[in-house]
Amino acid sequence: MKTVVIGVIGADVHAVGNKIIDYVLSNNGYDVVNIGVLSTQEDFINAAIETDAEAILVSSLYGHGEMDCKFMKEKCEEAGIGHVKLYVGGNIVVGKQDFAEVERRFMEMGFDRVYGPGQKIEDALEDLREDIGN
Amino acid sequence: MKPYLLVDFGSTYTKLTAVDLDDEYIIGTAKAPTTVDTNVLEGYDRAFKHLMDDHPGITEIAGVSACSSAAGGLKMAAIGLVEELTVEAAKRACLGAGAIVDAVYTHHMTKREARELKEKNIDIILLAGGTDGGNQECIVHNAKRLRDIEVNVPIIVAGNKDAYDEIEEIFEDTNLEYYFVANVMPKLKKLNVNEAKNQIRKIFIDQIIDAKGISKAAEKIGDIIMPTPEAVLKAAELLSKGYEEDEGYGELIVIDIGGATTDVHTIGEGFPKRTEVILKGLEEPFAKRTVEGDLGMRYSARALLSLVSNYEFKKYFEEDDTCNHDIEKSLNRRSQEIDFIPKTKDEEEFDKAIAKICCDVSVSRHVGHVEVVHTPLGDMYYQTGKDLTGIQYVIGTGGVLINHKDAKRILNQVNKKSNKALELRPTNPSILIDRSYILAAMGLLSQKYPKLALKLMKQYLM
Repeated sequence: MKTVVIGVIGADVHAVGNKIIDYVLSNNGYDVVNIGVLSTQEDFINAAIETDAEAILVSSLYGHGEMDCKFMKEKCEEAGIGHVKLYVGGNIVVGKQDFAEVERRFMEMGFDRVYGPGQKIEDALEDLREDIGN
Repeated sequence: MKPYLLVDFGSTYTKLTAVDLDDEYIIGTAKAPTTVDTNVLEGYDRAFKHLMDDHPGITEIAGVSACSSAAGGLKMAAIGLVEELTVEAAKRACLGAGAIVDAVYTHHMTKREARELKEKNIDIILLAGGTDGGNQECIVHNAKRLRDIEVNVPIIVAGNKDAYDEIEEIFEDTNLEYYFVANVMPKLKKLNVNEAKNQIRKIFIDQIIDAKGISKAAEKIGDIIMPTPEAVLKAAELLSKGYEEDEGYGELIVIDIGGATTDVHTIGEGFPKRTEVILKGLEEPFAKRTVEGDLGMRYSARALLSLVSNYEFKKYFEEDDTCNHDIEKSLNRRSQEIDFIPKTKDEEEFDKAIAKICCDVSVSRHVGHVEVVHTPLGDMYYQTGKDLTGIQYVIGTGGVLINHKDAKRILNQVNKKSNKALELRPTNPSILIDRSYILAAMGLLSQKYPKLALKLMKQYLM
């Protein structure tokens, strides 16, 4: 069974989406390690190291995701898990912005997949199957 | 009179406590210097003679249980992967089993680290790393390192179970002594130290005692069933939980200020008390022990110089203390003369200040703390460690607290402080002192007679 780490980054306490992601991925054959809300980059990375996760799914709903996600990829590389896929999704930037532009910025930051507001977890599930298998 | 005898082979003294099982009281205690270098039984026999002299009514012994921290206690190395996760879990397993954690290694051990480990005087190695189903590669790497340097002490493997077959292949056909137990962190942040603790204790009884020359005692008085700190933790747990219909004292702290270390034991969940507080980090053990190797009255006194400035040190003197203390000189003296006993008021006051610092700093390190996070939904708090604000009892033990007339004042240092507002320290708990020095003995007694041990603790801690 493939392991993925999920959680909500930064000073963000939105727990509902997190539970939905946990539910859907668990029911689709993934070993979900849910580190919950108010998580730091280090929490995600430490969890991924110990559990040998193949993907980290970062959620953010409160608009400050861009700030919270900066240098996460670099930290993963520093910690020896640069190969782990990095996904991010939710309301990840301040205000309404062009999603293609937002996606480009997060990709540049080292994220492999970026999801905008309103996108369904099923999309990410499909990508996960493609990226790390089931 | 046929008392039950409880023996503690300490690093300095061999202490005996005689309990009358029928009339349910402590007949008496006696002590004599521990004699590990020659024959440990000499010290025991001397202490026993003192006991008989004081209580001629003792004709026969109903039974004996013993614990030991002699010859340096139980020294362990903890190896894991991530410092805050499996390494921390491994350390807690060692501490909970009454060991001193003398070496800690994270991630992949280098050859240099492995050699250093072999040179250290370690009794048992605890090898962890990875959750079950998680990282295998690191624990396998470290197992190979241990095999390559041919460590000659027992290894307890308590990591990712998926790696056990491979580790077994690495270890078999070698001279290594190894044991597999359940993972200390089977799931992320889930602590599971009981199997590891039991294995540590088993090795301690079977071998360590022997290696330290204390087995002669075992031949005469029966098994030495645990390291002394574990006995104290067991006593604290019993006193907290109670036994059958006899209620316990609820959540409590035991502080043991010794010559070299300060031990803090807490019994309690320590969960957040408010809804806006979110718990972070590894799960906390219900009975938690921490050991501060740089806080002590004698051996470690010098270390205080680097912990607190002169200015801070002075704050620990009583307001009405008019003595002119030379802090550096007094600390140096104590670390050199480890059997120093204060005689003048000056020296007593200075010892009191050291004890206060040991108490204050060890509690700071033991208790949980909160951190404010400003979120768009208002302020939230992270809590790391245990919330001990609701602790009802603080119990003091160890030489300085037992003998000091102001022991309660020293222990008042555990309380919440305005300059340490983010620490989850107790608020005005009741303070009890282990005046007759019976906590370890009661931990031992509780293995066979928990009801009586509880009753005696309630009676003798005051």
